[in-house]
Amino acid sequence: MTAAVAIEGLEVVFDRFRALKGVSLEVREGESYGLVGESGSGKSTLLRAITGLAPVASGTIIVNGKTLGKTRDKAFYRDVQMVFQDPYGSLHPRQTVDRLLQEPLAIHGIADGEKRIERALDEVGLGKGFRFRYAHQLSGGQRQRVAIARALILEPSILLLDEPTSALDASVQAEVLNLLEEVRRRHKLTFLMVSHDLAIITHMCERLMVMQNGEAVETLTASQLIGHRVSEDYTRNLLRASEGFVRTA
Amino acid sequence: MNGDTLLEVDDLRVTFPTRTGIVQAVRGVSFSLGRERLGIVGESGSGKSQTGRAIMGLTPPQAEVSAKKLAFNGIDLLSISPRQRRSLRGNRIAMILQDPKYSLDPVMTIGRQIVETLRTHEKVSRAEARERALAMLQAVQIRDPARVFDLYPHEVSGGMGQRAMIAMMLITGPELMIADEPTSALDVTVQLDVLKILDKLVAERGMGLIFISHDLRLVSSFCDRVVVMYAGKVVEQIKASELRDAQHPYTRGLLNCMPRIGFERHPLPVLDRKPEWAA
Repeated sequence: MTAAVAIEGLEVVFDRFRALKGVSLEVREGESYGLVGESGSGKSTLLRAITGLAPVASGTIIVNGKTLGKTRDKAFYRDVQMVFQDPYGSLHPRQTVDRLLQEPLAIHGIADGEKRIERALDEVGLGKGFRFRYAHQLSGGQRQRVAIARALILEPSILLLDEPTSALDASVQAEVLNLLEEVRRRHKLTFLMVSHDLAIITHMCERLMVMQNGEAVETLTASQLIGHRVSEDYTRNLLRASEGFVRTA
Repeated sequence: MNGDTLLEVDDLRVTFPTRTGIVQAVRGVSFSLGRERLGIVGESGSGKSQTGRAIMGLTPPQAEVSAKKLAFNGIDLLSISPRQRRSLRGNRIAMILQDPKYSLDPVMTIGRQIVETLRTHEKVSRAEARERALAMLQAVQIRDPARVFDLYPHEVSGGMGQRAMIAMMLITGPELMIADEPTSALDVTVQLDVLKILDKLVAERGMGLIFISHDLRLVSSFCDRVVVMYAGKVVEQIKASELRDAQHPYTRGLLNCMPRIGFERHPLPVLDRKPEWAA
């Protein structure tokens, strides 16, 4: 089994702040891998480092067998796509959905745009009627569907998901999570998903890494987590917190 | 209901004029509150926040608030003067907002903001106000109150900021506290700390609490009673302990659609919204 993403000793430094302190992980091809932790734990920074949005100080990132250098080539971005947390911020407010979806096609010089756009919208459960609307005319869930369509239109093999549902209502979150599972099954995608919510990660991922202060706390399988077979106190605290408020009389 | 009624809301309506006509954000909400913890749950756009803001008197000026009755301790909130309303707000009725990043004044130290609240409503000397602010910061479990007193909001973490917010709201000893998503901007572990503090202080001081949130499970673990809102209306009122037996399909849908650790369901059940829920 080859690794879709293999990271070894990754360090990310902003000025003098070390956001990631030597993190290593391996995501197998076709696997869904989760990153959990509180804000500031470095989980989003890890995704951003893979796509080249965060300054890598040292360490290696290997994606589909290729070691990434300082810059990423076009082929990389065709293979790896990202969905961001906030659909209100990640879609251009003055572009129609059609224009938004054409952008990646234009960048990569893909010809059959017309068909691809229709198919992508169909795939995320938005009909043709949404094609010429603006982001502000859509609800939060619909916007996130557009963001997913934009990521899928290049037919990537790896999807990086940075808290894709935390800005959405619970019922809409369920719809988007179901959609993500469905597209993953259909396209045999590899997911690397960040969330602060343990329940979402155990629902979506087979394996996960718990992070704190830029370091890996532990790596678990979802079933270990469900069975509370964890070895670190920090993970135990997260588990307890995810069970909700308990009044101590 | 335990004890006296603190707040009575009967047929509350909030309407906004827009370019495309009138939008009814709250459409006839009724409930009453004693010295208890009441949760208001709903999705974005359900009118839960506008309900809280109408009680607080923070509805935007272009909107219209009407009600058969909106009374706090027998005071008719809709007929009193803005001046009287101001004397209640922040004093006897307090509100905690979602994100301390936006709800605290960025150019004023935390201590000064707390002192300002206190001195707006009570005649106390500067020295005494400072003493009380420090004591309040201690009460919300800030370990080094004297240090935090002189910090600006951007210098503290989200959890610390929210504690400062709670301290600011509690310092006047309000009878009614409205908490609008007080922990949604915080990490799960910090969330519980903040809720614990809020829970303890509400219980000790015998306040009434309205806890507004989109998280039905969190609310039901924290509150005595839950009001579920959909499209500006109350669809169900239920004791938190009986939430499992909720009747309305919307309440049940909300409970069901969240992933839970140890309960594998693929795909997750989704809400099948019926037009008659909003009718």
